[in-house]
Amino acid sequence: MLIDWFTVLAQVINFLILAWLLKRFLYRPILNAIDAREKRIASALADADKKSVEAEQQRNEFVHKNAVFDAQQTTRTNQLSAEVKTERARLFDEVRQQSDDLRVKLQLALKNEQLSLQDALSQRAREEVFNIVRKVLNDLAQASLEEQIVLVFLQRFKTISVEEKAAFKLAFQSLMPTNKTPLVVRTGFTLTEEQRAQIESTIKHTLGYDDNDAIAFAFVIDSTVVSGIEISANGQKVAWSISDYLTSLAKGVDQILQSLVHVESKAQSNSEGDSEGNNLDNSLDNSQINHKAKSQNETTVINDANDAIPTNKTEKGRNETRG
Amino acid sequence: MNLSPDQIIFWQLGFIKLNATIVSTWAVILVLVLSSMLITHKLSTHLHRSRWQNLLEVVVINISKQIEDVGLKHPHHYLAFLGSLFLFIAISALGTVFPGFEPATGSLSTTAALALCVFIAVPLYGIQEQGLASYLASYTKPTFIMLPFNIISEISRTLALAVRLFGNMMSGAMIIGILVSITPFLFPIVMTVLGLLTGIVQAYIFFILATVYIAAATSTIKPKANGS
Repeated sequence: MLIDWFTVLAQVINFLILAWLLKRFLYRPILNAIDAREKRIASALADADKKSVEAEQQRNEFVHKNAVFDAQQTTRTNQLSAEVKTERARLFDEVRQQSDDLRVKLQLALKNEQLSLQDALSQRAREEVFNIVRKVLNDLAQASLEEQIVLVFLQRFKTISVEEKAAFKLAFQSLMPTNKTPLVVRTGFTLTEEQRAQIESTIKHTLGYDDNDAIAFAFVIDSTVVSGIEISANGQKVAWSISDYLTSLAKGVDQILQSLVHVESKAQSNSEGDSEGNNLDNSLDNSQINHKAKSQNETTVINDANDAIPTNKTEKGRNETRG
Repeated sequence: MNLSPDQIIFWQLGFIKLNATIVSTWAVILVLVLSSMLITHKLSTHLHRSRWQNLLEVVVINISKQIEDVGLKHPHHYLAFLGSLFLFIAISALGTVFPGFEPATGSLSTTAALALCVFIAVPLYGIQEQGLASYLASYTKPTFIMLPFNIISEISRTLALAVRLFGNMMSGAMIIGILVSITPFLFPIVMTVLGLLTGIVQAYIFFILATVYIAAATSTIKPKANGS
């Protein structure tokens, strides 16, 4: 008999035990290990995917940021360069303006110096000339000249305008009756009796008085009245003298000098401003240096000239010019 | 010369006896369980793992894959039974390289026991999967007339399973025995190599057939669905 039923039963039990043991010790642990590993790999892969996505995102973000940063940098650089350009231009303008101002100031100061020097010189020359003229005229004032002066004066007095005449008469009358203040006749020289009588009668006739009317005349010799006569009463005055001519001559000369100086300084400042404004940009420093050198030279020359004249005279001349 | 290891009896007490079949079965069980315990005692869930663990994983995964290929949807559910069948038969066949080892599968009692296990397991799995009524109804398919033939086929295939395995394993042992007596050295070795191959093939056949039977019993595909 090939089949032993006890062995069959035993083998069935054996096999069932084997199946249970293998399930317990082989299949379950192995499958669990495989599942765990697969889960682990899956999670690792998912993690890697997630990280890859994150990395991609970060990369994109970084690229975007980089682009933005580049754009900002470019904009900023352009802006800065524009600002620098503007600022440079502004500074150049400012410096140019300052140098112009300084130059103009310097030139004005030089001109003033020059003018005051000229003024002082001309003033002094004029004074000298007038002193000489005055002296010469005083010396030359002989009888014939004095007679002539008296005649001219009287002639002039006769021909004064009606209004002047009326005003003079009014002043004269207000003077006459109250206090016996005489009508003062100033002369630079001594009058003869005859001349005095002639003057008295002419004044009386001109003002409409008779010869007999008692009017007091006081004849005064005054050296400041250069070769002339003047009569004055209560603020009214009629005069003729060479001094008047000299004074008006001096005024004329002064006016001519002033206008000449004014026109000259104006013209000079204009011409300098034009010529240097054009080529100022790059040669600014050089031109400044040149001007400095130039002005130093001029100053030196002027100082030399000043030294040649007595100091008190110079000071006086300046003061007068400014006055 | 013994036709079956059943005839080698070490100890007997009336009906109960300890023969070579049971002893070699125990030996195979011991080897399988001990090696499994040793290897799975410290399993690695990391990517790095031992060679033995790799070997077991390959074996388990491939068995599982074969079960799935045959058509069972949840291979892990059947792994303990079918996998154990394959491993037991395969290890018994491989054990023939050791002199003096009598493969348990060379005993008709063992193969009958295994066939009996399959015979019982198939309807159990079928009922578990599709319910008693549905399973019993499957015997009347395609028509009621087919019921006796189905039952006969059920029994005959179980017999075939048992006899096929027994015949192959026994014949191998027998041929080696005969050849040893005729040509002592060369041919027995060649035939042993051939026997190893035959043993593995038989293990695979037994395992695959059992799987196919279970798959057929647990199949929920309705004839109506097929017909349409």
